[in-house]
Amino acid sequence: MKMLLDLYCVFFRIGGLTFGGGLTMLPMLKYELSEKKQWVTEDELLDYYAIGQCTPGIIAVNTSTFVGFKKKGIPGAICSTLGMVSPSLIIITLLALFLERYMSAPIVAHALTGIKIVVCALLLNTVITLAKKSFVSPVCVVIGVLAFGLAMFTPVPAVILVIVAGVFGIVMQKLGRLKL
Amino acid sequence: MIYLTLFMEFFQIGLFAVGGGPATIPFLMNLAGRYDWFTKGDVASMLAVSESTPGPIGINMATYAGYHAAGIPGGIAATLSLVLPSLIVIVIIAKLLENFSKNPYVKSAFWAIRPAVTGLIATAVVGIFETTLFTASDGSFQIPVFSLIMCAVFFVIMNLKQLHKLHPICFLLAGAILGIAFQL
Repeated sequence: MKMLLDLYCVFFRIGGLTFGGGLTMLPMLKYELSEKKQWVTEDELLDYYAIGQCTPGIIAVNTSTFVGFKKKGIPGAICSTLGMVSPSLIIITLLALFLERYMSAPIVAHALTGIKIVVCALLLNTVITLAKKSFVSPVCVVIGVLAFGLAMFTPVPAVILVIVAGVFGIVMQKLGRLKL
Repeated sequence: MIYLTLFMEFFQIGLFAVGGGPATIPFLMNLAGRYDWFTKGDVASMLAVSESTPGPIGINMATYAGYHAAGIPGGIAATLSLVLPSLIVIVIIAKLLENFSKNPYVKSAFWAIRPAVTGLIATAVVGIFETTLFTASDGSFQIPVFSLIMCAVFFVIMNLKQLHKLHPICFLLAGAILGIAFQL
């Protein structure tokens, strides 16, 4: 029961403190889940993110479901997901009541611009940490750079890239080129 | 029965919008054409609101749309309907992963998927840099010297040994204060 409450609270905090959705949540997920709580490793976060790219639904929510399930089964998954969506429910409902005034206040706009700049720095930091974790061999570096290039300059969907990478990994293993 | 309709519509969005929050936008545009819950213009302002409020964008949009359609219960119904499909799908996948995580095929697949996803995330980060830093309010290209310096300074600070254990919210708060102080 304590664990379920803990899951709800942690994801409530993550949902309530990250601006800009999905990806910007990654630094917060990394901090709360793998550094502070050590519920999941950074590798696992990447795996969840990869699965989130290929499955329906919002990636942040999928990640919370995964972590909750891992810690406490289906009740854990439900508590984490509810924790993640609760802040949005509360904040957006409040905002819908006095939306115009909030959005047009100059002080809010200035604060948000400042926040967005910091989010950029946080994201850069996160990408570097993830690269350090996932680029475990020269082949991995090539995969990463290729995926970056393809996603950046061609319209190949992310799902396809994830699936192709997975198949490539299995083929490498079949050929005996991979020792895990 | 508005709640049942909300449930059906948002459950479908949750089931078919693969790839996260922004994937829900075309579905919401479609909803705007079929119901009088909100207009296409509302979807655009919803997007703006979602980007400047905490929480996953897809969830924010569902809450906002549901609220427009049927008040607070509507917001709750739309949000829960949106997350229900992924809750079910992910629980199934998590259960499979639990059984197969030691499987050599799964391991080798993820060995290659992880760097690929890092590349994908890097692409998205470049996109975020582009829209938040290099795009002026009128949509033209700009080089924001002050913002870039501020971003670099924050990057260095969060990598300092003594400070890198600090909660990200501390940096975000500092950013908000600087934003107000310098009228960014």
